[in-house]
Amino acid sequence: MERAVITVMGYDQVGIVAEVTKILAASNCNIVDITQTLMQGIFAMIILINLPVETDLTVLREKLLAAGERMGIQITIQHEDIYRYMHRI
Amino acid sequence: MGFSPEEILETINMINHLHFDIRTVTLGISLLDCGDADPKVTADNIYKKILSTGKKLVPTVKKMERLYGVPIINTRVAVTPISLLNRRFSPEGFLLIAETLDKAADELGIDFIGGFSALVQKGFTNSDRALFSVLPEALSSTNKVCASLNVASTKAGINMDAINLAAAAIKKAAALSARAAGIACAKLVVFANAPEDNPFMAGAFHGIGEAEATINIGISGPGVVRATIQRFPGLDLGALAEEIKKTVFKITRVGELIGRKVSTELELPFGIVDLSLAPTPAPGDSVANILEAMGLEKCGTHGTTAALAMLNDAVKKGGAMASSYVGGLSGAFIPVSEDAGMIEAVEAGALSLTKLEAMTAVCSVGLDMIAVPGDTPVETIAGIIADEMAIGVINNKTTAVRIIPVPGRGVGEKVSFGGLLGEAPIMAVNTYGSQEFVRRGGQIPAPIRALTN
Repeated sequence: MERAVITVMGYDQVGIVAEVTKILAASNCNIVDITQTLMQGIFAMIILINLPVETDLTVLREKLLAAGERMGIQITIQHEDIYRYMHRI
Repeated sequence: MGFSPEEILETINMINHLHFDIRTVTLGISLLDCGDADPKVTADNIYKKILSTGKKLVPTVKKMERLYGVPIINTRVAVTPISLLNRRFSPEGFLLIAETLDKAADELGIDFIGGFSALVQKGFTNSDRALFSVLPEALSSTNKVCASLNVASTKAGINMDAINLAAAAIKKAAALSARAAGIACAKLVVFANAPEDNPFMAGAFHGIGEAEATINIGISGPGVVRATIQRFPGLDLGALAEEIKKTVFKITRVGELIGRKVSTELELPFGIVDLSLAPTPAPGDSVANILEAMGLEKCGTHGTTAALAMLNDAVKKGGAMASSYVGGLSGAFIPVSEDAGMIEAVEAGALSLTKLEAMTAVCSVGLDMIAVPGDTPVETIAGIIADEMAIGVINNKTTAVRIIPVPGRGVGEKVSFGGLLGEAPIMAVNTYGSQEFVRRGGQIPAPIRALTN
């Protein structure tokens, strides 16, 4: 199955994880791995998800970007291939 | 997860903050089966073939852009040099074909179409002459058609007659597009040793040794390389070259990924990744700024050629390992108008035409997007081209000239071409004449390939 990497960064606030995972669940995306840390009050989270065939990455990206805008945080989603090609020989 | 947070953040930072992008996806299409004795039939064949081969190009590129989240700036088509299609076209026939190419480009929704070209390094055919004669009209009456002329090669020498005709065409194209600062000249490249698989404009054409159709990729990423260098102040040049290689490996890999995916989707063979570092006018996306990050106060000062040579070589070494097939121009570009750092260096008086010429001896691709005074004599332009061709021929490399004699403008003024073409300060040319030399014409013989000093 294809996979994607989501990054979330911004000022810590209530409900960031809930908001992002709610969108992922609604898009039928299973979370494979998740790491989260607070760096001097900046919330930073990286999520690896499975992308089901029926889930359109670009639609999911739009939903996540909209959520990021609502909460004033930066969310990105990239196909895993980008990282595989860039960082692995 | 398989990737460290540092790796993930590095990639995100490249795309979001350092202008990393794919400069171009270029579809090469052979038109060798389109030639007919009647130019109208030929034009019709060309239109149909470009549209049928390229109909999925733009949607596929847009899809990949969305899927991978990496901007793809231009989508282009390169075709067989048009002068090869038929040996008996009249000038009007070639003009019709230029218009057809423009129409096809509009219909496909691509940014540029290249290949209104002639290969005349050793002489002219009748059709080459006919194509030359309509170049200024073809370039100024179309929007997306790009032309190139190969007037020299290491194996053939330098065709001085072709250079004189090219210089005259440049002057006339500038005059015909005077209201737009001579922009028609920005779509014409004069080459020595032109590559057959170059995805970059204005010099792209689909060589006769190429397959029916191929996908070629041009990467970009001066901002990413500059950021790498800025992380290592004081690092010795050998170690710095190593860091540049690692960075270029990463950006080239993304080019390879996009190229492979586009070619699979279009069911066309993947050609090459061109390893050139292509700047844009955006602040920070500049090759000049890379050289300055290495420690030069301004691009163009003493040490610039050495810094550029090191950069160019490191880019090739890092990129060559990242891609299965590398080709095209593959070297740092140093266009003046398309690089904010170059513009600044010219305006500061640090960078001159003569220094640029020296820089082209160690990098791709030549004197690119140079604006000169509108009253520059045609023989001086021929002399500038001849010098650049000599560098390419003797050093067994590609060199090129894309020069704009801006009508009615003089040194110190600045003109804007818009978009990726940027804006150019008018640069001074040597005011001593070259007339008697260039007017001799003829063929400068091919150089000896031994006794190489």
